[in-house]
Amino acid sequence: MTNTGQVKVANSVNRAKGLPGLVEDWSSDQRAFKNVSWRKAMMWIFLLSDTFIFSIFLLSYMTSRMSTKVGWPNASEVFSLHIGHTNFPLLLIAIMTFVLISSSGTMVLAVNYGYRKDRKLTAIMLLVTALLGATFVGMQVFEWSKLISEGVRPWSNPMGAPQFGGIFFMITGFHGTHVSIGVIFLLVMAQKVWRGDYDTQKLGFFTSRKGDYECVEIMGLYWHFVDLVWVFIFAFFYLW
Amino acid sequence: MVETKNTSPPSVPPAEVDEVELYHAKSFWTKYVFSQDAKVIAIQYSGVAIAIGLVALVLSSLIRLQLGFPEMFDFITPETYYQFVTMHGMIMVVYLLTALFLGGFGNYLIPLMIGARDMSFPYVNMLSFWIYFLAVLVLVGSFFVPGGPTGAGWTLYPPQAILSGTPGGKGLGIILMLVSLALFIVGFTMGGLNYVVTVLQGRTRGMTMMRLPLTVWGIFTATVLALLAFPALLVATVMMLFDRLLETSFFMPSLVEFGDQLSYGGGSPILFQHLFWFFGHPEVYIVALPAFGIVSDLISTHARKNIFGYRMMVWAIVGIGALSFIVWAHHMYVSGMHPYFGFFFATTTLIIAVPTALKVYNWILTLWNGNIHLNTPMLFSLGFIVTFLNGGLTGLFLGNVIVDIPLSDTMFVVAHFHMVMGVAPILVVFGAIYHWYPKISGRMLDERLGKIHFWVTFVGSYLIFFPMHYIGLVGVPRRYPELGDAAFIPDSVATLNSFISLAAFIVGIAQILFLYNLFWSLRKGRPSGPNPWRATTLEWQTPHTPPAHGNFGPELPLVYRWPYDYSVPGASEDFLAQNDPGPLDSESST
Repeated sequence: MTNTGQVKVANSVNRAKGLPGLVEDWSSDQRAFKNVSWRKAMMWIFLLSDTFIFSIFLLSYMTSRMSTKVGWPNASEVFSLHIGHTNFPLLLIAIMTFVLISSSGTMVLAVNYGYRKDRKLTAIMLLVTALLGATFVGMQVFEWSKLISEGVRPWSNPMGAPQFGGIFFMITGFHGTHVSIGVIFLLVMAQKVWRGDYDTQKLGFFTSRKGDYECVEIMGLYWHFVDLVWVFIFAFFYLW
Repeated sequence: MVETKNTSPPSVPPAEVDEVELYHAKSFWTKYVFSQDAKVIAIQYSGVAIAIGLVALVLSSLIRLQLGFPEMFDFITPETYYQFVTMHGMIMVVYLLTALFLGGFGNYLIPLMIGARDMSFPYVNMLSFWIYFLAVLVLVGSFFVPGGPTGAGWTLYPPQAILSGTPGGKGLGIILMLVSLALFIVGFTMGGLNYVVTVLQGRTRGMTMMRLPLTVWGIFTATVLALLAFPALLVATVMMLFDRLLETSFFMPSLVEFGDQLSYGGGSPILFQHLFWFFGHPEVYIVALPAFGIVSDLISTHARKNIFGYRMMVWAIVGIGALSFIVWAHHMYVSGMHPYFGFFFATTTLIIAVPTALKVYNWILTLWNGNIHLNTPMLFSLGFIVTFLNGGLTGLFLGNVIVDIPLSDTMFVVAHFHMVMGVAPILVVFGAIYHWYPKISGRMLDERLGKIHFWVTFVGSYLIFFPMHYIGLVGVPRRYPELGDAAFIPDSVATLNSFISLAAFIVGIAQILFLYNLFWSLRKGRPSGPNPWRATTLEWQTPHTPPAHGNFGPELPLVYRWPYDYSVPGASEDFLAQNDPGPLDSESST
C-alpha cells in the first residue's frame, strides 16, 4: 500500500516512440498516460478546462472591443505611470510581468530541490514564489485603485468605451483570483514541506492521502499555467 | 464469481497502478452523508436529480394545464407560465439529465465497470455532490423569493432576461438562477475530472480502452465534452451577473424601457447566444452520448448477442463528440448571422447525421437474429431507438437553414427536441434503472408494473409529441401562454392541445407507478442474485450484491475479453464474463 504518485511501468512494456507510441499508449492496458500519476493527469485535464475558460473570456473581450461604438482607450496612456514630470507607459505592467515570470523561475527551483529531497531549500523556494505572487497581486491592487481613482468603473469609463472597465476588471480579477488561490496553496505546501510531511508520508488533512514531492511539481504546473495566461492577458490588454 | 489468482498464465499483465488505500468511513455521517464511496455518491446524485426532476414534471403539467385549457385556471398568469417553462427546461436539461447520467450512472458504473476500487479522488468526488446539492438548493430557493424564479426561457437570452418586463428579471430570480448554474459547473468540474482520470488511468489489468463497455465510452466522452463546454456557460453566467448587478454592458445594447433610457449601451446580445450555444449544443450530446452507450449494452445483453461493430460504435461516439463543438450556430439561424455562417453550420450539422445513423444501423444489426428477451430494459431500449430515430429525422429538417427559418420558434422545434433529448434519454434512464437496480439493491424490480410503466410512458409520449409537430407546422409559435383568435390557427389546434394535455397528465401520473415500484421492490422485490441478466461486464461479477466498499474482493478482477461475449460457441453458458478465462485459450478473444 503506497501512494498513487508512484508509477510502475512494467519492464515488459516496450513502447514505440512518436505518434505510433501515442496510439499504442492509448490503446494499451490499464493506463493511457504511462508514467503519469493520477493527480498529475487530473491537473493537466483541469488546466485544459481552465484554458477554455480564459480563451472564452479573451474571445468575449475581443468581440466587445470590435463591436463597441465608442473608441477603446489607448493602452499606453491608460496604463502609464506618472513619475516626476514624465509619463512612463506600461512601466507598472512591465514590473508586474517581470515579477510573475521570475516567480515561475523560483517555482522551477522548488521543483528541482523537491526531487533532490532538499526539504529546506524547497520550502524556501516555495515561500519566495508565494511572496512574488503576492507582490504581483499587490501591484494589481495598486493598478486597480489607480484606475478607479481616475474614474474607471465596471459600468463606465471616462477615457472611452464603457466595456473597457467591465472587461478589464473582470478578466484581470479572474486571473488575480487564480494567482491568489495559487499563493494560498503555495503557503500551505511550503508549510507541509518544511514540516517534512512528504518525507514522513503524513496523511493529508482533508483527503487522507499521502503526498510526496511530486505534489510540488503539480503545484508548479498550475503556477506556470497562471503565468502563461498572464502573458496572453498582457498581450491582449496592454499591447493591443 | 471468478477468483483471480496470481498463479494464472504468464500472459497476465503486471499491475501498473498500486492499490490505493481506501478511505474507510468510521461513523454514520462519513458513511452515508459525507460519503467518499462512489456508489453512495451515485445514489445521492440520482436521488437529488430525480427529486428535482419531479418538480420539473409538475411544472410541465402546469404548462399543459394552461396550453390545453386556456383561461380556465386563474393561478396561471402569463408571468407564472413563463416561469414554469423556464424552470421546467433548465431543471430537465441540466439538473436532472446531466446530473443523473454523469453524476449518477457515471459514479456508480465507471469504477465497477473498469474494475477499480473507487474513483481516483474520492474526497473531490464527495465535494462534487455537495456543491451540486447546494446548486439545487439555490435553484429551489429562487421559487420562494419575491418576484419568483426567472421567466426568461431556459436559454436566458439577454437583454430580456435581466429587464423588468421578464418575471424575475429585476428581482432575485435571475441572480439565483445564474449563481446556481455557476455552482453546478464548479461541482460538475470536480466530478468530471474524476471520471476522466479514472477511466484513463485507473483501469484494472487487461482492461484496455477497446475493451471498455460502451456505457463507459459514452459517459467518458460526454464528460470530456462537459469539461470543455461548461466553461462557455460559466463565462456567460459571470458576464450576465455583472450586467445585472454592476450594470456593465457586455450583452446589453442601449435600450429604452417603459419610456426610460437605460444606462446600458454598446453590448452584444448575439455574443451571449454564441457563448450559450457553444455550451448548449455539446450539452445535447452530454445527455445523448451516455444514453447511446447504455442502450448499446442493454440491447446486447438482452438480445444475447455481441454488439455489432464495436470499433465503429466507439469511433462514432468520439466523432459525434468532436463534431458537436462545431455546430452550435444552427440554433441561431434567425439571429441575423452572416449567411455564410448558416451555410457552414448547416453542413456540419448534417454531417453529424452520419455517425448517428451508423449507430442506429449497428443497434438494429445487433438485434438482427438475436435472442431478444422482451423484458422491461429491452422494451425501453427499443423505445429509445425508435424515438431517437424519429427525433433525429426532424432534426434534419431543422438543420437546413431554409427549412428552419419558417419553423423557428414554433411548436415543431419543441416537439423535435423533446423527442430527441427529452423522451429518448429518459427512456434510457428508465431502462438503465430496470437493468441495474438488481445490482444496486439486490432485488428485482417488478416486471409487470415495469411493462405497464413502459407502455403508458412510450405510447403516451407519442400521443403528446406527434400532434405537436403538426401544431408547429401550422405555425403555432412556442412560448405563448395562449393563442387567442389568430386567423391562421385552425380550431383543430385547440382540440389537439387539450388532447395533448390529457395524454401528458396520464404519462405524468404513470410515473407514480415507477416510484412505487422503486420503493416496493427495495423491500419486497424478488432477490436477484449477483447476475440476474447473465451479463458479462465486471459490475455483475462482484463478490457482494450490492457491491461492498472497495467493490471487488481482496484482488481486483483480471480482464480477458471484451464485454460482448454472448452466445459464444463452445462455452458452457451463453455468456463469458469479462474476467472469465474461457473454455479455450486464455487469450482467445478480440
